[in-house]
Amino acid sequence: MYSFEPNEEQQMLIDAVGKYAANDLRPAAHDAEEEREMPKKLISKGWELGFLQASTPEAYGGFGERSAVTGVLALEEMAYGDLAGALSVLTPSLFATPVLLGGTEEQKQEYLPKIVGGDWAPYTGALMEMSFDFDPNALKTTAQADGEKYVLNGEKVFVPYAKDAEAMIVYANLNGVTQGFIVTKGSEGLSVSEERDKLMGLNALPMYRVKLENVTAERLGGASGHDFEPILSAMRVASAAAAMGVARSSFEYARDYAKEREAFGVKIAQKQAIAFMLAEMATEMEGIRLLTWEAAWKLDNNKEDSCIEAYLAQNGAADMAMMVTDRGVQIYGGHGYIRENPVELLMRNGRGFAALLGLVIL
Amino acid sequence: MTIDFETPKPIAQMQTMLQTVAENMMRTTSREFDENEHAIPWDYVEFMHTAMRSMGGGGGLAPTDEKPKEGAEKRPPIGYQRLAAQIEMLAWGDVGYYLITPGGGLGAAAVQAAGSPEQKAKFLARFNDDKPTFAAMCMTEPGAGSDTSAIRARAILDEKTNEWVINGEKIFVTAGDKAFNEYEKLGKGFIVVWASIDPSAGRAGMRAFVVEAGTPGVKVTKLEHKLGIRASDTAAISLVDARVPFENLLGKPTVEKTTTGFKGAMATFDATRPLVAASGLGVARAALEFLKEKLQENGIQVRYGVPRNKLTAIERDVIDMDIQLRSAWLMVLKAVWMADNKKSNALESSMSKVKAGDVTTKVTQKAVEILGPLGYSRDFLLEKWFRDAKITDIYEGTGQINRLVVARQVLGYSGKDLR
Repeated sequence: MYSFEPNEEQQMLIDAVGKYAANDLRPAAHDAEEEREMPKKLISKGWELGFLQASTPEAYGGFGERSAVTGVLALEEMAYGDLAGALSVLTPSLFATPVLLGGTEEQKQEYLPKIVGGDWAPYTGALMEMSFDFDPNALKTTAQADGEKYVLNGEKVFVPYAKDAEAMIVYANLNGVTQGFIVTKGSEGLSVSEERDKLMGLNALPMYRVKLENVTAERLGGASGHDFEPILSAMRVASAAAAMGVARSSFEYARDYAKEREAFGVKIAQKQAIAFMLAEMATEMEGIRLLTWEAAWKLDNNKEDSCIEAYLAQNGAADMAMMVTDRGVQIYGGHGYIRENPVELLMRNGRGFAALLGLVIL
Repeated sequence: MTIDFETPKPIAQMQTMLQTVAENMMRTTSREFDENEHAIPWDYVEFMHTAMRSMGGGGGLAPTDEKPKEGAEKRPPIGYQRLAAQIEMLAWGDVGYYLITPGGGLGAAAVQAAGSPEQKAKFLARFNDDKPTFAAMCMTEPGAGSDTSAIRARAILDEKTNEWVINGEKIFVTAGDKAFNEYEKLGKGFIVVWASIDPSAGRAGMRAFVVEAGTPGVKVTKLEHKLGIRASDTAAISLVDARVPFENLLGKPTVEKTTTGFKGAMATFDATRPLVAASGLGVARAALEFLKEKLQENGIQVRYGVPRNKLTAIERDVIDMDIQLRSAWLMVLKAVWMADNKKSNALESSMSKVKAGDVTTKVTQKAVEILGPLGYSRDFLLEKWFRDAKITDIYEGTGQINRLVVARQVLGYSGKDLR
């Protein structure tokens, strides 16, 4: 039976996250970006909303079940506040969610209760590599079996909070198949760059390069490993949901500005040239939002084509976010180019969805 | 309620059934009725009438819900959702045929939206009779398209006979021939004519009148020759001192300062825009499936899941078409789901039409481009779908008019604020 209405619990979560996004993240976004730091207080406050905790079963210290649909609803709201803030708050998921999806019982018991039971702590994941043809299904970082353990070699980039991370999931190529490996702090051969990675946007999110030289690691899912596809799809729908939030933020700023700004005796929103841009932005957002919802719903319900739809949603959202955030700047005119105005950062963040994957997971 | 994308069983069953109809009764003769414009595919018309009646569809395409059996749990209404899915599948078969599916069409939709209970009973019962029956909407005039307030047709009450006397020129009346002219194989239909009862009142004076088939003074003066949807008759109709009974007026006979009459027309469009969107998306899906089939025959696999900077141009195009088509369809579903649940959907309805107009034209155009000679040749149906597709972005409000509606909605503007 079709329905497009979040349930009561989801609505409560949307409201709570939406409030945090509007009242806490949005006002902090500009300074956090310029100062390259998200205030710890804000991250803790976001963590206390309990999104990851509510997505982790009781057996592992949480109080709910994971739902990608609930996830995309919450993440759109949070990213609406600020993308770097949302990714900071959700960084521990980069470790916890793959463990939940692909880990052995022991791995789940070992890590999940301490992650979800405590304060926000830097557990993270390392997927991206610095190459033009980066492909999550054809990684250059390698893994080789060595008895029960595995040996990793390669270099990862854009790893959130890697410097202080207690542990991270490192994705590597094991005989042509992508697998996750649990790499713990201080492992021999593991080095994290002193310098943070510098990107076009997302400067409030500390990201590092991680070098692996014969690092011994435990395989996610033990000897038999795990299926990478659900993890990848969970990253794809997360990327789409975050793109939605960024786009909506830019759209709303532009809409409100267009209703204030006057030219030739009327508000610029009263000119069809501007009004039609806004109409098309709203239309594109609506379509991609529904595609993202459906992809998430298919993942939750193990539908056959869920991975394809997650891929479609991710790519559609990347285009949509670019189109909307570009127009956000355009509608502000010269003012949109000035960093004081929020649409400027949103445009930089908007392009990120075409280039980045694995910085957020649901 | 919770977010759910599972196709309801009755809809899934209906889709399977209609796909068979599409494959065996529509696609097989699609070309023939495209080349012989104004010929009528009677087999389809009669089969659909019988089929829709036996399915309890009121003898035509209309949003229907089963009456819950006594004691059975009441299910949420899905009438519009079912209708959108029906239309999408029929249009996948042949959108020109879909437009001549017997039943009330837009004419009956106007009666549904603006008629009294008595009028609904009187005018809508006929669609369930033995013979297939048509109704049509006469809105557009040579000088009035999307700007319906420019309508010149005039209705004057003759108080002696208590009849409305209507004069005017109407064009682009879909199924106007079958609704108004009498055919032995068809039941008696009607057209719904929009005319002003008080030109000084502007839109507030606009009313809709049910004009029965064969009414003296009314004439189908022309059947248009079109780019596409050639199986569908598009009529020009002239009304010269046409007399209709007083009670055939839909809505109130008095003019107040409000624009209720006009809003009646607009309410019809809120309900029908996502349905028109659905008809376009059926054509787009046909084109995309044909494209994929031909690519496969030629050994070209689309590698879903591979990063886009590693894909070929064709792969990128196909994947983008998938994204666009699916999101457009979900927008239609949401708009009709809102209609079923009595939620105001003016925004979603127009957004779905804007999106479907874009997607339908772009997908069919791209498919022809990619397939080159195979796309352009009349040996295949793709070139026909390209021609059929274009109407989606035009009728039921052009893409531009719908953008205006969407813009007003998202800005909270009236027609005065944003012209």
